[in-house]
Amino acid sequence: MSALNLIVLLPILNAIVVMLGVPARKSALLSSWAQLALSILALLNYDRTLGGYQFKTTLHVAPEWHLNLFMGADGLSLVMLFLTALVTLAAVWVTPKIEKRENLFYACVLLISAGAAGAFASLDLFFFYAFHELALVPTFLLIGIWGSGERQLAAWKITIYLAIGSIILLVGLTKLYLAQNVALLPGHARTFDMIVMAKTPGLIPTAEQGGIYIWLLVGFGVLISLFPFHSWAAPAYASAPTPAAMLHAGVLKKFGLYGLIRIAVPMLPEGAKVWMNLLLVLLVCNILYIGLVTIAQKRLDTMLGYSSVMHMGYIFLGIAAGNVIGVSGAAMLMLAHGLSIAALFAMCGTLRQSSPSLAFSSMGGVAKHAPFLGYAFGMAAFASIGLPGFANFASEMMVFFGSFKTGATPGALTFSGLQIATICGLWGVVISAVYMLRAYRKIFQGEPLAGSEPVKDPSCCVRWPVILLLAALMLGGLWPKSFLNFIQPSVEALIAK
Amino acid sequence: MENAKLIPWFILLNPLIAAALILFATRRDHGASAVISVMSAFFGLAASAVAMTLPEVHSSVLWINLPGLEVPLGVSIDHLSRVMLLVVTGIGFLVHLYSTVYMEHDESKARFFGHLSLFMFSMLGIVLADNFAMMFIFWELVGVSSYLLIGHWFTRDAAGKAANKAFLMNRIGDFGFMLGILMLWSTVGTVTFAGLAEKNAVATLTANPAFLTVALLCIFCGTLGKSAQFPLHTWLPDAMEGPTPVSALIHAATMVAAGVFMLARVAFLIGLSPCAVEVISWVGGITALLAALMATQQDDIKRILAYSTLSQLGYMVMAIGLAPDPHGGAAMFHLFTHAFFKALLFLGAGAVIHSLHHEQDIWNMGGLRKHMPKTALTFAIGTAALTGFPLLSGFWSKDAILAAAYDHNKVLFVLGLFVAVLTAFYMTRLFVVAFLGKPRTEAAHHGHDCPARMTTPLIILAVLSVIAAYGTTHWFFAHEHGINWIVATLATGAFAVGTFAGYTIYNGKDREPLSLPLFRNKFYFDEIYGAIVAGTQDVLAYISAGVDALISGMGRALGYAAWGAGATLRLLQFGNLQGYAFIFGLGVVGLIYFLIFR
Repeated sequence: MSALNLIVLLPILNAIVVMLGVPARKSALLSSWAQLALSILALLNYDRTLGGYQFKTTLHVAPEWHLNLFMGADGLSLVMLFLTALVTLAAVWVTPKIEKRENLFYACVLLISAGAAGAFASLDLFFFYAFHELALVPTFLLIGIWGSGERQLAAWKITIYLAIGSIILLVGLTKLYLAQNVALLPGHARTFDMIVMAKTPGLIPTAEQGGIYIWLLVGFGVLISLFPFHSWAAPAYASAPTPAAMLHAGVLKKFGLYGLIRIAVPMLPEGAKVWMNLLLVLLVCNILYIGLVTIAQKRLDTMLGYSSVMHMGYIFLGIAAGNVIGVSGAAMLMLAHGLSIAALFAMCGTLRQSSPSLAFSSMGGVAKHAPFLGYAFGMAAFASIGLPGFANFASEMMVFFGSFKTGATPGALTFSGLQIATICGLWGVVISAVYMLRAYRKIFQGEPLAGSEPVKDPSCCVRWPVILLLAALMLGGLWPKSFLNFIQPSVEALIAK
Repeated sequence: MENAKLIPWFILLNPLIAAALILFATRRDHGASAVISVMSAFFGLAASAVAMTLPEVHSSVLWINLPGLEVPLGVSIDHLSRVMLLVVTGIGFLVHLYSTVYMEHDESKARFFGHLSLFMFSMLGIVLADNFAMMFIFWELVGVSSYLLIGHWFTRDAAGKAANKAFLMNRIGDFGFMLGILMLWSTVGTVTFAGLAEKNAVATLTANPAFLTVALLCIFCGTLGKSAQFPLHTWLPDAMEGPTPVSALIHAATMVAAGVFMLARVAFLIGLSPCAVEVISWVGGITALLAALMATQQDDIKRILAYSTLSQLGYMVMAIGLAPDPHGGAAMFHLFTHAFFKALLFLGAGAVIHSLHHEQDIWNMGGLRKHMPKTALTFAIGTAALTGFPLLSGFWSKDAILAAAYDHNKVLFVLGLFVAVLTAFYMTRLFVVAFLGKPRTEAAHHGHDCPARMTTPLIILAVLSVIAAYGTTHWFFAHEHGINWIVATLATGAFAVGTFAGYTIYNGKDREPLSLPLFRNKFYFDEIYGAIVAGTQDVLAYISAGVDALISGMGRALGYAAWGAGATLRLLQFGNLQGYAFIFGLGVVGLIYFLIFR
């Protein structure tokens, strides 16, 4: 039993006792504080001079299949676990009074957290996948039962998409498992051990890599809302109850990206080359096309949903770059995006409660009577469009440097595909400023609309979590090394030489 | 020597600490916030004065350190940053002092001072930066603080719009700026100015002139945004929606000059590309001309000054293009003198607006000379310096620019001379209409000089506007800077013609005698850009949203098809989600079993 097991186990146990009737909110808050404390403790106790995977524990499940509940963490996993714990705490904290079946609600929230944490802590291919599935079911329930607007429709949409995505991913992972060149492995038997799989060069024959990569790309892609598999995202986030939107957009969606970095980057470098151009086209669509769709949105919740889809493009760009600069930037952007979108959805939830509608046309002048909201939303909005001082900027900068470097012919006035994608990404930064600033102006600036109750600042239950999220964003933005020192060695180890 | 390294760090971080203190601790205490902000501005000025006496200082830490990418946060005090430090902290301090009165009754005074300190931090970061990446970071931060200050009175719709416009225009420029940085870095592998200036780097860059030219022009896009050069100039006049002290500090003396400063910083690179040099000088010249023409027909006192700022910035950019000089040259010289007299003019305009209770239309003024003599006198000095009255500071710096044009490009020289005529014309118009003649409105009758904390900065700036060019030329020119008598004579002639025309046309008039709709409507740039945005971005966004609805619908259809008809579909219609989730879970487990353990 290590801190790592506890981070995963705590929310599961908590969900069980909550279902048995223990006061839900109090115990959930307690366990998420403990989870956060443990994740910070694990970060502090991680021996960076030693590097590699630490806190390893193994529970033999089916020895004849070499199937073990094998957990362990490197710097990258620890940063993702920190993100999971912090967003979980924030999500639990901002949860308003739940009218129906409160205990089930909190159990679902906790199970999402457990699933995500489990996936990030697993070093076994099977459980890596299974934990993510564990997190999906409560997500559907949260949207379908406690959602707003067209919740049933949204819940169905996300269910169908993510289920198909999961199945495609499963096929891909199975193909990956079966394609292993057993001659290179100790004991000459296939393994689920992701460390061994990543560290054995040539484990997956070059000829088969492309065929496996595309399954993984599409499977993970659906989960990450890669164009054109993104249409589930905006309606789901718009309908989801605030904590579900925060946890899914902030944490669970990162599972797919994490999977690409953890599996595709080290195990399928040749496969990535085969599909590079396709990926570039799709990610540019994520940035430019979805960016334009975001501009066309007329409501805050769908706009945030689409903006979250758009920003996935930058993370894909970093991963596509495939070098330490780009992938480290992508990993850091996963953290930054998770924190900033969670803060935005938290405040969006407050606005939903206190204003008649989230349509831009029926909002205005909120900053006048709600200065905290005006400031905090402004900071989170600035963070998400990549302003210096927040982790998003530092990460995007690394992504751009990383992706512009790859494939460059120094001094020649011709651009490689990656470089063109980078230039499109740079223009995306302008697009995101257009929609974010317009939304901010419509909602917060101007005079408050006449005839409606002015929006007031939220209680401490929303303030503190938002402040925590923003503080973490600023820590990463002002001193990127605080997270980069963990991410970079892990990424260096993963990138195939 | 170690202690000397602390000075630039102190100059940089001191306003950040003040901003953090105000925004996080004293936001409800207006008095304390003002004191903190003014004190920090004063410390900054004192430290910059010390920095003037120091030899070159350089100190840096690595901010991002990845294999192949090193981004340092480095500060350097050298011949270029020293002068700029003095301008920023000097005018910054006077504006802080002035603001304590101007913003006295503002209900968000603390927020104002917090943002002002944040601006000082960002601006000083640009000045001290020793590399492109750090400069870009602070470049963006300056954009944010400018956004916050333009939108200070955010409940006014126009302020929010102007703030957005400024930010977006700057972002468009920064798109190019960042791309230029990436291009240079991908070739040379460094972002530091020192690294780019190394022999090997220069050799690599000059080996491919086309690439270098494109990279430099991309970097120049940053200047287009920040220094509001044509075609990204339209945000600056709108930025006048911000409080007047902000206009003086940010949108006249410092931030908008950052683009020129950045070009001077990398003048050693710009000089390597004859094509880039040509483009830069022409963009500057065109901006100078267009803005001066627009200024002749504006009625808002601040907007006239804003167009004048555009025009003068055009001069500076033109000067960089004509003679890129790592020492700063004529461009930095004019930036230096312009900062004083333009800040003076804005603060003077602010005093008028303040005492006339927010009247900004010069045709509603008149006769202010009698009611506010100190303001009128200092404003007259500022006008004289700007229009090139012989022997004042503006005369010398403008002469340096025109001399550079005379030496390198005769067409731009003629253009520059014509702009000088226009400058004298519109400034005389402003002065005659607002300060001379008889009061035209009730408000103008009640004009009065403002308290000492507002007039003292005016007087100090007026003195500086007169003397700033004496004994300072060696800061900007490596060699002895002589005077070109032909140019000086012609420039004096231009001044005389413009002033005479302005005086004869406008003296004693109660309303605009000239009607030039093209200039009055700013060549319809706002309308054209509005149409372009509506015709491209909005249409594209609309189409994309339509296409997305289609994709979304197709996804749904695919989903139904994949799931098949029958029981599942019926379940779907009943909406029994829990039941579904259970079946879904079972299905997944079954699939896993089938695929792996079969």
